[in-house]
Amino acid sequence: MKRTPLYDFHVKHGAKMVDFAGWQMPLLYTGIVPEHLHTRRAGSLFDVSHMGRIELYGPQAEELLERVCTRRLGDAQVGQSRYSHVCNEAGGILDDVIVSRYEDHWLLVCNAANRARIVAWLGEQAAGRDAELRDVTEQTLMVAVQGPAVMDALGARLPIPINSLKKYRFTSGAFMGVPFTVARSGYTGEDGIEMILPASVAGMLGSVLPADEEAPIKPAGLGARDTLRLEAGMPLYGHELSEETDSLSAGLAWCVDLTKDFIGAERLRTIATEGPVRRLVGVELEGRRIARPGTQLLEADREIGTVTSGTFSPTLKKSIAMAYVCVDTAEPGRTVMVDIGGKSATRARIVPLPFYKRSDKCAST
Amino acid sequence: MSEVPDDRKYTPSHEWLLADGQLVTIGITQYAADELTDITYVELPATGTEVKAGSALGEIESVKATSDIFAHVSGQVVAVNEALADEPGLVNTDPFGRGWMVKVQADDLTPLNGLMDASAYAALLRES
Repeated sequence: MKRTPLYDFHVKHGAKMVDFAGWQMPLLYTGIVPEHLHTRRAGSLFDVSHMGRIELYGPQAEELLERVCTRRLGDAQVGQSRYSHVCNEAGGILDDVIVSRYEDHWLLVCNAANRARIVAWLGEQAAGRDAELRDVTEQTLMVAVQGPAVMDALGARLPIPINSLKKYRFTSGAFMGVPFTVARSGYTGEDGIEMILPASVAGMLGSVLPADEEAPIKPAGLGARDTLRLEAGMPLYGHELSEETDSLSAGLAWCVDLTKDFIGAERLRTIATEGPVRRLVGVELEGRRIARPGTQLLEADREIGTVTSGTFSPTLKKSIAMAYVCVDTAEPGRTVMVDIGGKSATRARIVPLPFYKRSDKCAST
Repeated sequence: MSEVPDDRKYTPSHEWLLADGQLVTIGITQYAADELTDITYVELPATGTEVKAGSALGEIESVKATSDIFAHVSGQVVAVNEALADEPGLVNTDPFGRGWMVKVQADDLTPLNGLMDASAYAALLRES
């Protein structure tokens, strides 16, 4: 199993390590719920080094990316990042990615579990094109620092003007010979940054995190990362996104440019014309029981949908889930039953996504 | 590695059983609570329910997973920890004390002889 450059950092901070996509990753340090709540109140540092980072060079790198990505990329400026899907010929989703335009190359960041297949897919598409791929995953580290206190806390400590970055913009360069990328993006629904550095400087991260107990930014693990993104209504590959789902049913039409001829566009155009038969929705359950992936949703005796992710929301203190439901039932406010098991089904309501927005802060305790 | 109380018996599925005459209190260990992480819900049987050794008597749910709680004695449930309905986290913070789950009037205490004592359970944890 692989270790990220932050492995020693995790052990030093008492992380409970688990195997994730072939990497030893921190599930939690003090607890999923305290780390989640601390992220929303102040800030947390997440190791995301396991995610794939693939650089693309050459005069046809952009054309290659336009062909494999659902999103229009050509008009992205240097220093701009865009969320996109990568599809197969049938319009099924191979991965969701972030693509960034640098001065002389592109960077594609993909999910750890899909890295091998995305590298292979890009490699296939690069054949016959003047484009070169460099998988820099294992030479670099990547961290996400997320929470309302982050921009001020890091703005003071980092020699980079991060507060002038707009959302989904990044800055890159070298400081004292150390190349860096800092992007104003994240996967928690909070403000913050994602930072890419050489793997060799992992030891320095302790100085980015002030050492005292009162420090605003604390380490957080994959457990909190999942509950945070779920509250923020963000999809996770392998749950809301897969080869069996499409970008339109997932409610992510904004990352698809149907005027472009990307791989899978034909199938997506058909779905757009006919309308998706199912839609991704939020579900709020009564009680405290959690709806796990695969749990059925029912209306009278009719099976109307399936849960893709579920948890007990630490911020909202409710049981929440995301599910694909038949399009005729996808209306906010509609009552459905969730077949969690046990004696009887649980009542629930369809609700719009996200469950939590940053501006809702005063509403939660 | 935290020590486990030596006044009770332990099971391979990480429950503890504390007998006071025929009255057996059942809970889960700190190890089990830590594996589950933040517990959000504990499903327990109603008082009066008959439980059977070897069957599940309830479920415990966390943000991470759902796990069965097994009965290792047969008998009738005579008390259920109502505090867990509002404070399931007691199982994380005090699993051997205020996080107790049910009290069973056991038909027969013999099954307890086959369970682990504190040092045997501690040895099991060292191997995990």
